[in-house]
Amino acid sequence: MLELRDIHKYYNPGTVNEMCLFQDFNLTIRDGEFVSVVGSNGSGKTSMLNIICGSIPVEAGSILIDGKDITREKEYKRNRKIGRVYQNPAMGTCPSMTILENMSLADNKGKFFGLGRGTNKARIEYYRESLAQLGLGLEDKMDVKVGSLSGGQRQAMALLMSTMTPIEFLILDEHTAALDPKTAELIMELTDKIVKEKKLTTIMVTHNLRYAVEYGNRLIMMHQGECVIDKSGEEKAKMPVDEILKMFNEISIECGN
Amino acid sequence: MSFAVSILEQGLIYGILSLGIYITYKILDFPDLTVDGSFPLGAAVTALLITRGVNPYLTLVAAFLVGVIAGICTGLIHVKCKVRDLLSGIIMMTALWSINLRVAGTANVPLFSQKTIFKNDVIDKVVPEALSKYSTLIMILIIAIFCKILLDLYMKTQSGYLLRAVGDNDKLVTSLAKDQGNVKILGLAIANGLVALAGCVFCQEERVFEISSGTGAMVIGLASVIIGTSIFKNLTFMKTTTAVLVGSVIYKACVAIALRSFEPQDMKLITAVLFLVILVLSMERKKKVKKNAGA
Repeated sequence: MLELRDIHKYYNPGTVNEMCLFQDFNLTIRDGEFVSVVGSNGSGKTSMLNIICGSIPVEAGSILIDGKDITREKEYKRNRKIGRVYQNPAMGTCPSMTILENMSLADNKGKFFGLGRGTNKARIEYYRESLAQLGLGLEDKMDVKVGSLSGGQRQAMALLMSTMTPIEFLILDEHTAALDPKTAELIMELTDKIVKEKKLTTIMVTHNLRYAVEYGNRLIMMHQGECVIDKSGEEKAKMPVDEILKMFNEISIECGN
Repeated sequence: MSFAVSILEQGLIYGILSLGIYITYKILDFPDLTVDGSFPLGAAVTALLITRGVNPYLTLVAAFLVGVIAGICTGLIHVKCKVRDLLSGIIMMTALWSINLRVAGTANVPLFSQKTIFKNDVIDKVVPEALSKYSTLIMILIIAIFCKILLDLYMKTQSGYLLRAVGDNDKLVTSLAKDQGNVKILGLAIANGLVALAGCVFCQEERVFEISSGTGAMVIGLASVIIGTSIFKNLTFMKTTTAVLVGSVIYKACVAIALRSFEPQDMKLITAVLFLVILVLSMERKKKVKKNAGA
């Protein structure tokens, strides 16, 4: 279970440009939930993910995982339990290393990086199989540098790499936004498959309202640092897309978009 | 003949230094100026130990270790004190000047009468008369190739993978639940260890420690790395470490040939001009490649 309690977040504190994003922001995400987060630009979606992962500090409040306070824990330590896929496909892989080397790196997450062989030969077959399930032909290009792959291929790899080792939370930060519609569809299906297979608690920020409605079992709409819609389970399933769109238009007009 | 031998000797010694710079510049993407201080640091420690009668082969290990410490200091300044990469190197370089003087005692320590890795009783006995002219070169070659092979092997380990990843995409290292700062420190430590080792070999070959021997070491190393990696870019079977070693020899040859028609005091000017030419040429190539790829 992941809890955000009374989070306060200011940008540029102490200057004329001071901006308060979160004030007493509370959110609880139960194990096994797949939360889709939508909202206009600047509503705090990505900031929320950054706060959960520890990429940015908070002014007040606490972040708890299974009741344990991790507010002061460093980002890299938190990442032991968290897998994250970014909007930019280049963020999740190493461009100058080969596919095989990237997979080996991801496979060693959470373990000690010592003087043992970087690529475990016994695991190569497993890497090949998991790449094959992407259906992108990557399994035949194991020695190709990731830098020469397309954005969609890299994002598929990033997703695979971030979920290779046992993690508890999967954080998806608009991970289909930079892809063409067909590839985005493919990545989304893959995401759903992995989340269901590994029973991951997932938070997905997206600008695609259809994905938000189709996938996941909870939907949150954020606006100016608050959740304006929060529906889960049955309620979410029954919620018509029109209503979400209407709400979304309202908050967008308010912002002058 | 002796001209070629001395180019090879110098080229390979600076090749060891270039292997270190290859780690910081190419892999970590860190402009590490510590090199100008850690190169003479290795030499200073060597001079100190040899004049005290320590086995010259042990100085190789000692020099590497002090270089590692210098690299760790630069890394700590950069990572923990959050000083910019270039500045943390300059701070260490400046500090090392005084430290080197303290270690060696004076700015100039002659080692002519001392035993070195190139000239001692064992070498004199083992090496046949005919080969004695080349014994220094062979020794340097062995050390340089040893360093290259060890570095190649290291790059294939889990730790080596992580080092390559941190320069490429440090966010990925964080998401692998590893502190990217520590990985950077490790890289700087290994790099400066190699640089100090080069300093150790250099001072034994020259048979003198000189405080100013490190001035411009960074530029020489950088030039070698850029020459090596851009000339042999298309030879995929050739390891980058090999290319760097060869690049260093080519660079030293260029300087030596240029020096034939200039005075010795023009040395640094030639170095600078040569470096500029190499930089511009390698950029020109890149642009052309990009243009062709776009068309």
